[in-house]
Amino acid sequence: MSIPPENKKYELTFWEKIYIPELVKGLKLTLEQLLEKKFTRQYPEERWVPPPSFRGRPVLALEENGVERCVACGLCSRVCPALAIEVQAAETELEKERYPDLFEINMLRCIFCGFCEEVCPEEAIIMSDEYELAFSSREEAIFGKDKLLMPVDKLRPRLNYLHSQY
Amino acid sequence: MEQFIHDLIGNDLLATIVWCVLPLVFILGYAIVAILAEMKSASWFQDRLGPMRTGPWGIFQPFADVLKLLMKEDIVPARADKILFNLAPVIVFVGAYAAFAVLPFASEYVGADLNLGLFYLIAVSSFGVLGIIMGGWASNNKYSLLGAMRSAAQIVSYEVPSATALLIVAMMVGSLNLQDIITAQSGGFWNWFILGGPKSDVVLASGAVIHADIGNFVFLPLLLATFVIYYLSALAETNRTPFDIPEGESELVGGYHTEYSGMKFGMFFMAEYANMFLVSAVAAVVFFGGWQSPWGITLGEALDIPVLTLLEGVFWTAAKGFFFVFVMMWLRWTLPRLRVDQLMYMCWKVLIPASFALALVVGFIVVIR
Repeated sequence: MSIPPENKKYELTFWEKIYIPELVKGLKLTLEQLLEKKFTRQYPEERWVPPPSFRGRPVLALEENGVERCVACGLCSRVCPALAIEVQAAETELEKERYPDLFEINMLRCIFCGFCEEVCPEEAIIMSDEYELAFSSREEAIFGKDKLLMPVDKLRPRLNYLHSQY
Repeated sequence: MEQFIHDLIGNDLLATIVWCVLPLVFILGYAIVAILAEMKSASWFQDRLGPMRTGPWGIFQPFADVLKLLMKEDIVPARADKILFNLAPVIVFVGAYAAFAVLPFASEYVGADLNLGLFYLIAVSSFGVLGIIMGGWASNNKYSLLGAMRSAAQIVSYEVPSATALLIVAMMVGSLNLQDIITAQSGGFWNWFILGGPKSDVVLASGAVIHADIGNFVFLPLLLATFVIYYLSALAETNRTPFDIPEGESELVGGYHTEYSGMKFGMFFMAEYANMFLVSAVAAVVFFGGWQSPWGITLGEALDIPVLTLLEGVFWTAAKGFFFVFVMMWLRWTLPRLRVDQLMYMCWKVLIPASFALALVVGFIVVIR
């Protein structure tokens, strides 16, 4: 195999050797960069709105009548690779017969894989678009039903996206 | 100007002190602006916004930084040479500040109108390297010492081409007085030395006459090259990128000021900024007409208001100086740092022979014309 000619040592021309024109070229490039639009996002004021395909923190869908969809089957808890979800079931007079008495997700364990969402037969656990997860203690990182329930209207874009995919 | 301050204050001693401190006030104000400009230009060159939280558009960031430096604990390493360690930042700053004495800010405003102004300037501005070596040695830190040694090698080497470049212009003027050099460039930007020097006879303050005509345009390419040589060696002398190997953080932590903290580090920092302005202002004085306006006449002269003339002079000096300081920041974000051997090659094998050749050619033309 012969070495292609472009791999030979590159011979500099006279103008490249005296360096000054090349320097001016470089300066021109950086000056153009100076006038470019800036990429910085002023975060707390300017927030990023994720696309529907984004997997933020998992939430429980809350129907319009104020009842959560979850029937406490425990599939999400079984499938969770990080063992982040704990569900304790209880019975109810409603048509769905079962509801989660306790539903906790440990957000320090959650890896945002979305398996819980995929496995859920009721479309009850859904990955939301919320990504601001800061805690000041470990206890605070365990999200109970109070933090997990979210009106289903807010989850529409994600649900529409999921329906288009499967 | 000096007389005016004396009349205003009435006390000779007090007036002299005020007269001496005026450039310091200028340097402090300039440093605040330059720190912000450095941060903002650095981020803008990288498509970032830079500091935005301290005041509108982050304009109070330098004040916060200075406050931080003032309030930081002043640490002196246990094994350091205490006297030299404390003296070094002062000497570096004094070296930079002493040179401001001869820098003409306006036709009526120059600290000391020395006949050997240019010579004094070259001599005094190399004083700073003493402080740098002192600081590097006294820190008792191998990185500091290495940085100081590199800095000494660099500054001492690059003084040769920069001084030769300045000498070329001094040769054309026939005077080392900075006011004479500026006077020789009066009457519009086409008379500036960057464009070949005066195009008609100029009478200096001392009564000497520089004979010149339109044929001075032959100096244009020569003086352009001289300016490039001067500016490159000025960059190296102030330890700015791409010649900042004395403080190459990738190999030397912070160079000679690794062990410094608090306001002593601040002194080094301020000396660097003062030096940046100094070499920029010298470039402006020697090649770009100093306090002369680009179109030769000033509003103050036209309206016969001396104060306005003075302010315009200060404005043009500052504007030209700031422009070259900005170019330094611009180059910083354009060029990568040189290797030590490349730096020495550049100085001894390119800039020094080129500057000597230019001095010979310009001198020859000056003599035969």
